[in-house]
Amino acid sequence: MSERAEQTVVVSGAAQSQIGRRLMRGELELTLEACLAAIDDAGLSRDEIDGLASYPGKMGGPAGFSGPGTPTVQDSLRLQLNWHRAGPEGAAQYAPIIDAVAAVAAGYARHVLVYRTVTEASAQKGGRSGIGLDGGGGGVPRMDGELGQMLPFGAFSASNWVAWHCQRYMHEYRLSREQLAQISLNARRNAALNDQAIYRDALTLEDYLSARMISTPLCLLDCDVPADGATAFVISAADYASEMKQPVIRFEAVGSALHDRPSWFQRGDLTSMAATDAARHLWSRTSLKPQDVDVAQLYDGFSWLTVMWLEALGFCEKGGAGAFIEGGEKIARDGVLPLNTGGGQLSGGRLHGFGLLYEAVLQLRGQAGKRQVGSDPRVAIAAAGGGPLAGAVLLARQ
Amino acid sequence: MSAEPKHGGVNGQAPFRVLPKISDDDRPFWTGGERGQLLLPRCKNCNRWHSPPAPLCPHCLSKALAFVPLSGRGKVYSFTINVQAWNPTFEHPYVIAVIELEEQSDLRLVSNIYGCSPESVEIGMPVSVFFEAFEDVWLPLFRPLVEEGGSDE
Ligand SMILES: [Zn+2]
Repeated sequence: MSERAEQTVVVSGAAQSQIGRRLMRGELELTLEACLAAIDDAGLSRDEIDGLASYPGKMGGPAGFSGPGTPTVQDSLRLQLNWHRAGPEGAAQYAPIIDAVAAVAAGYARHVLVYRTVTEASAQKGGRSGIGLDGGGGGVPRMDGELGQMLPFGAFSASNWVAWHCQRYMHEYRLSREQLAQISLNARRNAALNDQAIYRDALTLEDYLSARMISTPLCLLDCDVPADGATAFVISAADYASEMKQPVIRFEAVGSALHDRPSWFQRGDLTSMAATDAARHLWSRTSLKPQDVDVAQLYDGFSWLTVMWLEALGFCEKGGAGAFIEGGEKIARDGVLPLNTGGGQLSGGRLHGFGLLYEAVLQLRGQAGKRQVGSDPRVAIAAAGGGPLAGAVLLARQ
Repeated sequence: MSAEPKHGGVNGQAPFRVLPKISDDDRPFWTGGERGQLLLPRCKNCNRWHSPPAPLCPHCLSKALAFVPLSGRGKVYSFTINVQAWNPTFEHPYVIAVIELEEQSDLRLVSNIYGCSPESVEIGMPVSVFFEAFEDVWLPLFRPLVEEGGSDE
């Protein structure tokens, strides 16, 4: 196979800010903490950063969701940029990663700083919120697009939208709540070994089954936890690898496809999501196969999304995820597919896909500390998004 | 019109519903309920319906579209019983369903189902539309289909 664009690009730096619940620190302060640490991790100075990307860019919407925009970060660090982008559309939370890979491969930039910041825990204070509520009185703007087709009917939360996918899946295939619970229980076991994780206390199946319902069939422990924190990467041209101080992690393939309808309820088969399209795209761009993956970090904003990604990426057959995760042995750190080894978002905190990618990099570098997968992982996959949003990246240690 | 108590609220009050921003493209869909009609565009060229309304037929790209009343009958393709009180003006729990309309298998709406207990809703359940007005929007809501004329097919 001729060299793909991805294979000319490496992850040279990776870092996080302080992560936690209600840190009550500013989003820009957290962002700069992570960005400067990532630049240092890459062995670079800020003068050498010539690209900047983020998701979703500065926007309205739920408080604490967007983080600072790229102009603010650029100006704060006085970066001289040849390429920059941010926006809420595209291949989910990994759009800026996937775009940065393309920008580096195309030569638009040599070292792209990519960040994602959330301060939802501090912003929400009172727990999970839905969209467009704020008191339920007057003054709520009307919604257009797909939100205008869902919110009038009280489908305020992504938990509702994911729930009706999970319900349909449980109707067509075999997936019990006991099986689904394994995604949350596995995450908690891994989080116990991650000092940055938000929830580290032991969690049992009984705890899961007695947790209150949010939106059937999803209970509280199927939902991730809002967090404060920033994650940043430096994505560089592969010819920088010889100067890197960290182990070289190369991009092997990315997946960004969206072939079916861009919708939370209009996709032909609601037992799948855009992830299926993105996953097929990713595997079309590499000679590696699912069985070559040593560690998987799959989006778990809701537990069923991980089930959905497991099938989309071909780690089990369609309809077979329930059996695959049953008992949790296969997805444990010493299983055939170590999954969400840092605790994911369910226990680690909703860093919106970037925490999962960070964990993938740490595992490939052998820097995951107490939770390091023991089999010397060389290939990792990270996938983010749900519904019409999906992006995935396959990474390999050089 | 407004004398009829609205479904889904607390203590006989109408629930506070976030409303759609109506455009020229979809105005018949959101206002057809005033005449009891569920309206979506149907293509005169390929005879297929589409949702949401758009200025071109997404199947054949024809502009020859007309809003045509649907039967208002469909089936529950999937659903969820929302328990979490995101909005305290809604009576909880309530059913949010993805409804597949009978005219075409890919014609779906998100809506609520009233007129039965949430626990009795299941995938495949036949439902029929009714409308409630909120400001200038007539929201299509659904209830279990009651067969007319004794047909129990
Ligand atoms: Zn047509």
